[in-house]
Parts: sequence; C-alpha cells; structure tokens
Amino acid sequence: MGDRDHPDYKILVVDDEPDLERLVRQRMRRHIRKGKYGFEFAGNGVEALEVLTEKTDIDIVLSDINMPKMDGLTLLQQIPEVNSDLRSVIVSAYGDMENIRTAMNRGAFDFVTKPIDFTDLEVTIERTLRHLDEWRAALASRDKLVAIQNELDVATKIQQSILPDTFPHVDGCEVYGCMHAARNVGGDFFDVINLDAGRIGLAVADVSDKGVPAALFMMSSRTLLKGAAIGVEDPSTVLREVNDLLNETNDAAMFVTVFYGVYDPSTRVLTFSNGGHNPPLVVHPDGSSEELELTGGLALGAIPGFEYGQASVRLSPGDLVVFFTDGVTEAINVSNEEFGLESVQDLFREPPTPTAREAAEMILQAVKDFAGEAPQFDDLTCMTLRVADE
Amino acid sequence: MNVQVEHHDKVLVARVEGRVDSSNSQDFERQLQGAIGEDVNAVVIDLGQLAYISSAGLRVVLLVAKTLGQRNVSISLCALSDPVQSVFEISGFNRIIQIYDTQADALAAAG
Repeated sequence: MGDRDHPDYKILVVDDEPDLERLVRQRMRRHIRKGKYGFEFAGNGVEALEVLTEKTDIDIVLSDINMPKMDGLTLLQQIPEVNSDLRSVIVSAYGDMENIRTAMNRGAFDFVTKPIDFTDLEVTIERTLRHLDEWRAALASRDKLVAIQNELDVATKIQQSILPDTFPHVDGCEVYGCMHAARNVGGDFFDVINLDAGRIGLAVADVSDKGVPAALFMMSSRTLLKGAAIGVEDPSTVLREVNDLLNETNDAAMFVTVFYGVYDPSTRVLTFSNGGHNPPLVVHPDGSSEELELTGGLALGAIPGFEYGQASVRLSPGDLVVFFTDGVTEAINVSNEEFGLESVQDLFREPPTPTAREAAEMILQAVKDFAGEAPQFDDLTCMTLRVADE
Repeated sequence: MNVQVEHHDKVLVARVEGRVDSSNSQDFERQLQGAIGEDVNAVVIDLGQLAYISSAGLRVVLLVAKTLGQRNVSISLCALSDPVQSVFEISGFNRIIQIYDTQADALAAAG
C-alpha cells in the first residue's frame, strides 16, 4: 500500500475549470489520505505534456476536451510520445458522440460525461487501473519470454557453430553434412574428424528427447566423442570409452545413439561401430542401395561396461554413404504418413549419383516437401560420404 | 497414450496404448512410475497396443528399468509390434531389457 506522499497510482487531471482541483481533492480525500490515488493538475494540453514529461509515473490522464492552447483531442495524440505506459480517460459533454468517437479512435481508454458523477468516475478509474495492471503484468511476462528466447537464440548459435561447416578436401572422396533442429536447440549432431594418415572420422548421433536437456547432453557427447576419436584407433573402443564416461553421471537416464565410422580413402574401407543408431545407407552408382549392418551395439549412456561390436565395408568408386538420424525417415506429413527409408532410396535410383552436398540437400529438401504444412517434430540430420568416381 | 494397470499377484502388468513421443513422454513417465507401488516383485510392460515409440519414450523405459533394477524388481516387455520391436533392436535396448512374445510368456517368467 502507498501513502500520501507515495500513492499507489497517480492521476493527472487536465481541465481549464479552476474549481475542479478543489472538488476532486474534496471528493477523493479518503483515497488520497489512504495513499491509493495521488493527483496532479494541469489547465490545458500544453501544461499536461509538461507534467507528463517531468513526472514519468502518471498512470491515468483524465482530460477535458475543450481547453485553451491545446485541447484534449490533440493532447491524446501527443501523449504516446511522452508516456506509452498510461491510460487516458476523456471528460465530454453528455451525448457528444462525435468527440467521444474521435477520442476513442485516438486511444482514449474510456470516457465520463459532464457534470462529473464522482461515483461513476471512481468506477471508471478502478476499471482503467485494473486494465493497466493486467497490461503491465502481460508486458512483464512477455519481456521474460523475450529474454529466454534471446538466450535460446544464443544457444542455437553456439550449437550450430560446433557443427562442421567446412569439410576436409581429401583425394578420393568428399564429405558433407547439415542439421535442421526442430526447436531452438537440438539433440542431433554430426562430426567430421581429421585423423592421421588421411583417414576421416565420421559420426552422426541423436540424443533421446529434445530441447535444452538434450542439447546439453549433445554438447557433452560430442566433446567426449571427438576426444576419444582422436586418441583411439578402433571405432568400437571409441564408443565403449564414450559410453563409460557418459554413464558416470547420468541420473536422467538420457542416452545418445551414435554411428561412428573411420574411412580410409587410400583403401576405400569404412570401419564402423554402431551404438544403437539407425544404420547408414550405401547407394551404389547403379542406383541400388542397402543399409550397413548393425554391429550389435547399444545406445550410449544406457549402461556402463558395454562392449561394442565393429565391422568393415570396402566401398567402390562412385558409392555414396548416407548417414542420417531418424528425424529423416520418421518425418510425417499432414496425413500422418512417415517419409520412410524407401523414399530416401528412391531419390537415388536414377544414376548418376549426386555429389555429397547435392545428396544431403536433396534428402532434406525431399523431407521438407513431403512434410508440407506438418510441423517438424524431430531434428533432421544428414551427412554424406561420396567416394570419387573411377 | 494411455497406461492401464493390472495386478497378477505381485506382478504388475502395465498396458501401454497409443503413441509415445517427446510431446507426452513426461506424462508416460508419471503414469508408469505412479503405477508401480512398493508391493511389487516384477513389472511386465505390455506394448501390444503401442503404435509408436520415440527415443524420448525409450528413455522413460530405460529410466523405469534402472529404478526397478536398484530395487531388485525385475522388468520385462512383451507383445511388441514389428515397428516397435525394430526400435528396440536398432537402439540395442533388446540387449538390456528382457522381451517376450506374449504377455503369458512374460508372466510365466516373472511368476
């Protein structure tokens, strides 16, 4: 509650009738004494603007229409430039619909008629203040949301910035990848890691669930994976190490499915280990394609001490390997149908096989076209390895 | 998504219907955890009427399995449709959670 010197709400009364100040102070004395309302007075629009400029905490302007120097309707137009956080109530002659309409069109919140009925004025003031309180509360929560949104935008940028955007130029193959998060921050990632002897580490991963928790888990998974990949030879050992580290602190039972492979362009051999991820697709130059085998793996983070399997495949010139997350195959359209693996395969049935970049972009575009107006539920990630033609 | 619970002596059978994805996985977790009382020796989750489960749903199954494991309560799944079975196979969760073809098989093993 306020007091006489610091009232809860401040009302500026604008009228060229000098007796009005005395009348208001007399009729509103109980509210003034209790510190509910405080009043300021101005004799015309020009004076009112001066008061508003000096005192920025006015909540309501109660203004007459006909006044010397600047009338009430002109004042209404000027107020937003000095203070946009108040409401105006206009005092008009009874039945003066034309001025009342103009006032409402110029942003007046309400009106009272002359001669002023103080009971009616109190009701109008109370309603205006209630509206103002709700409006201010709504603005405050919007500001909070905007702040959160800004933080998420920063998180999005950080997350996108750790994904590779340049890809190694290696004789004999090309690599490309991209990720479209369903929300601000995603749980998918991919990585292309330069290893010794010209070999390339290729990872694609999908964290259980989405949003901020998934994004945090994704960041730590990706860092651990990169560290292990650089230090360890076998993909299965890389996954075992990352799995054990993720299990050290994981009360939320989050997990990440990871496909990790090492490609050696000199032998065209891809050695890989699958940690519970959907298997990549190998597309051959004749347009046929098949999935890589599962290696008896398990999503990382589920249980510690798990031993991961490993396999190798020797690719042929012109082969295209498509690594992706299930956001691609499980994308749904407005009829609730899934995009499916076959739709990915269909994109490449007609030779020639596209470049790595063309292939990844074709897939994401096809998913987008398929989904149409249906909302994107899951992150979409696609990474491609294209073996050079002979 | 809906979870229906039956008790067979000290075995709790939870039948999950519909779809579980990230939009309702928290609700799924609440319903499943809420259904599992103290006086239970084994839990059988019947997924026969489950049309789809996303990784967010798998996380809830894993969380429940871990919680029950700490209490020495056994957990098994049964009656998975082909698409759901495939989700468990690809993620490798079929290696750490027992899966039975039918509810009767699961109950016989749990009893």
